[in-house]
Amino acid sequence: MAQGIHVSMTINGDSVEYVCQPRETLLDVLRDRLGLTGAKEGCGTGDCGACSVTLDGRLVCSCLVLGAEAEGKSVTTVEGLSTNGTLHPLQQKFIEHAALQCGVCTPGFLVSAKALLDRNPDPSEVEIRYALAGNLCRCTGYDKIVRAVDAAAKELRRKA
Amino acid sequence: MIEVQLSASLREFAGGAASVAVEATTVRELLRKLVERYPRMQKRFDEGIAVSINGEIFRDDRAQRIPEGAEVYLLPRIPGG
Amino acid sequence: MNHDQSFTNQEFKIVGTRPPRPDGVDKVTGRARYGADVSAPGQLVGLILRSPHAHAKIKKIDTSKAEKLPGVKAVITSADLPDLTKGDRSQLDILENCMARGRALYDGHAVAAVAAVDAETARKALKLIKVDYQVLPHVTDVDEAMKPGAPIVQPHVRTVGVNPAPTKASNVSQRTEFGHGDVEAGFKRADVIVERSYKTEQTHQGYIEPHACLASVGPDGQGELWVTTQGHFTFRNVCASLLGMDVAKLKVTSSEIGGGFGGKTHVWMEPVALALSRKANRPVKVVMTREEVFRATGPTCSTSIDVKIGATKDGRITAARAELRYQDGAFPSIWGMLGAMTSFACYDLENVKAIGYDVLVNRPKVAAYRAPSAPMAAFAVESTIDQVAVQIGMDPVDFRIKNAAKEGTRASYGPTYGPIGIGPTLLAAKNHPHMKAPLHKNQGRGMACGFWFNFGGQTCTDLNIGVDGTVSLTVGTVDVGGSRASLSLIAAEELGIPYEKVKCTVADTASLGHNDTTEGSRGTFSSGMATIYAARDAIRVLKERAAKQWEIDVADVTWRNGRAVALKAEHGNLSELTLEELAAASPRTGGPIAGHNEVVADGAGVSFATHICDVEVDPETGYTKVIRYTVIQDAGKAIHPDYVEGQFQGAAAQGIGWALNEEYVYGKDGRLQNPGFLDYRIPVCSDLPFIDTQILEIPNPGHPYGVRGVGETSIVPPLAAIANAVSNAAGVRLTHIPMSPPRILNAIKNGNGKSHAA
Repeated sequence: MAQGIHVSMTINGDSVEYVCQPRETLLDVLRDRLGLTGAKEGCGTGDCGACSVTLDGRLVCSCLVLGAEAEGKSVTTVEGLSTNGTLHPLQQKFIEHAALQCGVCTPGFLVSAKALLDRNPDPSEVEIRYALAGNLCRCTGYDKIVRAVDAAAKELRRKA
Repeated sequence: MIEVQLSASLREFAGGAASVAVEATTVRELLRKLVERYPRMQKRFDEGIAVSINGEIFRDDRAQRIPEGAEVYLLPRIPGG
Repeated sequence: MNHDQSFTNQEFKIVGTRPPRPDGVDKVTGRARYGADVSAPGQLVGLILRSPHAHAKIKKIDTSKAEKLPGVKAVITSADLPDLTKGDRSQLDILENCMARGRALYDGHAVAAVAAVDAETARKALKLIKVDYQVLPHVTDVDEAMKPGAPIVQPHVRTVGVNPAPTKASNVSQRTEFGHGDVEAGFKRADVIVERSYKTEQTHQGYIEPHACLASVGPDGQGELWVTTQGHFTFRNVCASLLGMDVAKLKVTSSEIGGGFGGKTHVWMEPVALALSRKANRPVKVVMTREEVFRATGPTCSTSIDVKIGATKDGRITAARAELRYQDGAFPSIWGMLGAMTSFACYDLENVKAIGYDVLVNRPKVAAYRAPSAPMAAFAVESTIDQVAVQIGMDPVDFRIKNAAKEGTRASYGPTYGPIGIGPTLLAAKNHPHMKAPLHKNQGRGMACGFWFNFGGQTCTDLNIGVDGTVSLTVGTVDVGGSRASLSLIAAEELGIPYEKVKCTVADTASLGHNDTTEGSRGTFSSGMATIYAARDAIRVLKERAAKQWEIDVADVTWRNGRAVALKAEHGNLSELTLEELAAASPRTGGPIAGHNEVVADGAGVSFATHICDVEVDPETGYTKVIRYTVIQDAGKAIHPDYVEGQFQGAAAQGIGWALNEEYVYGKDGRLQNPGFLDYRIPVCSDLPFIDTQILEIPNPGHPYGVRGVGETSIVPPLAAIANAVSNAAGVRLTHIPMSPPRILNAIKNGNGKSHAA
């Protein structure tokens, strides 16, 4: 086995250290070393978006990032969306609008939707659909997901 | 007395007959008597059989009662997804 | 306990409302645990070696080097999975599909497996296993497999349903026939006949969560299995049987499931994980890659279908005939038969004949995909129906209304229909605002009907009242789409308490009696029924406890709005007892208060849907955009309307993907070319519009609330609805699914099967 690589970084605001193998992905590290199983492996090839996280504010597929690449960087996962037990409006609206059925794609969608609303607080339906085109859902047909994101956007604008 | 309609794949076991008269008041009794008369049907029943009683399909409930004069149809057991 | 299942017309207080689901917070925070989200101390990583050949004899497997690799704790082949099936061929087929027995039958077929301390070691171990293959000729196309001289997939198979019984091996495992009347005479009477052939390619259920399990078997033969599944009780029975374990000693816990749609109703690698754990004497976690899911689980059939329909010029169908050829993969099954059964189910026909062929090919073992076999048959039939309507000059909806099945119709698969909902869905479609939406250049509208059976099955439910009056509802049907919310609504409605006071959990196999798999649209229907009876059972106990506390006759007690009420004027001084008060007193009135129910829920009835679809076809690229889509389906009674709508929309989206883009592509070498989400293209968010839904509520007489199953039916109409829309948009009739851009462009260029001008 190759020499492990020591990594120091920040996850959801917390400082974290881990040792990983060179070929381990950030997704592997999150799930198997840090116990953060919110991000899911749906495909392992960056095609489904279920592993979406943000890396220094940038939306990425964590299955396409190496664990070692996170050195010195800041990662946000779905586990970091709520604050002190209060759900983020996106999380709240997903529940209210029944925007999940099996829920396995939901963490990825929430991270992607937040990345969208962070840069575009008033997206049109088309903008929402294209921003979320990298997240696959097989259960819902996306209808209620788009409505939930739109409702969350409105809520966030109201609060701002 | 029940007139049981057989789906095409079962008819060969009943000598080609499309329907068979059987005295039975429950599904269990019906299937038992059919096997007594046509032993080779047992294999088909083991593979999976459903019974339609007056248009309603029953897959599992062998205790289901068969009303007098009901239309009874034996069908292959249908799986869902 | 005998229950009266018949529908009682009633006003609901909370059933039919839209409260938040109980597992919602866990799922939006990442706390919910799916198949791969759990680990055990000392666990090993299990990986499976798979055949790179479509068809091969396995002459030898040398595992010695793999076994010696440090960190490898177990290596298994079929030698570690002895045949305990006692001649049960279908069980042996399951075992052989999980691990090859002397021959590899499809690209991806499991031939060996390892359990090692980490993934890297396991991968190295797989590479060290030497398999000596003798490659054999293969066949992957359903029509090719039926030709004489085609490579034989299963040498023991003789076609069933043919007279005289054949003696030679065949790839046709069975021929089945349904219908009545005289189709030849019927065709003679027809003014218009359309006869056409169709093909549909293989698709996969495409759930986003790959199969995953954590298996732990001890030296005493007891075991535990954490697994993503649609039916943990069924998995327990099958795994115990294949491994020679006692059912009660194998505890199976269902994780949250990340999609199933029929693909998780069967075992694929779970027996292998258990066998690895048994040999290694440590927990083994097996998680499939996306590539393995495509290559080695249970996609649906590819098909080849001929349809002939004749009608009089005033719009009455005189005869209908179909021959349906379905490939089941490498093991015999019944999917062709099922296609034949459903093909003409929507119509009232005097003369009908449907012949189904089940065919073997060197492809993975086909599994159910939401209303299995029906979408392909409906594509062929509904496309033909539209063509007949066009030739007669009749509106396609009116033509269907004129020929729709109704109460008293003899179904094409045999029995006579009771009250059914196809007429209402067609009428609702005819009157829907979608029909009046304007269409522009290169746009076209299509519609189609679909039919599916709904099932009941074995169901077992516990309802326990906590000492503070909150209710634990324990069910055994896996929640695939929000059923825990619906079941909580039902329990709260029956007991007369707020929804928030009920907590619904899916129990493991040690905690409840057998529950059938969540399939056949049965989850809410069956567990809902069992919940009603369990609640009524608990109410019986609550009334007894009130009677005890009041020291009156239990016959004088009634349950109303969540309280025990003493009837009769002489008890007028007794104030009502709430559920909380009775629960708090329960330690002194007889102990914990509970209700229980086992039922074989049947009488689920059949379900119909009509879909309307508008598309725009780009004549330069062949690209089809869905611009408007409406689902109209009968739900009997929508317990939680959000989740009924969700089923309609999700099923429609899968049908749209199936119609326009999804297909398994096999190379000449018999290998699957596109086992990944990049090239197996399912619909993404930007592909679809909002999907409009209309829930009809025509009560099912076989359920106390009138509930019908809803999960599957709406995957049936989309293939034809879109084909009909594309035909109207582009002026070409596509007969090959998926109608991907190259196929549409080809049809436009060659004027393939021009039906009529848009």
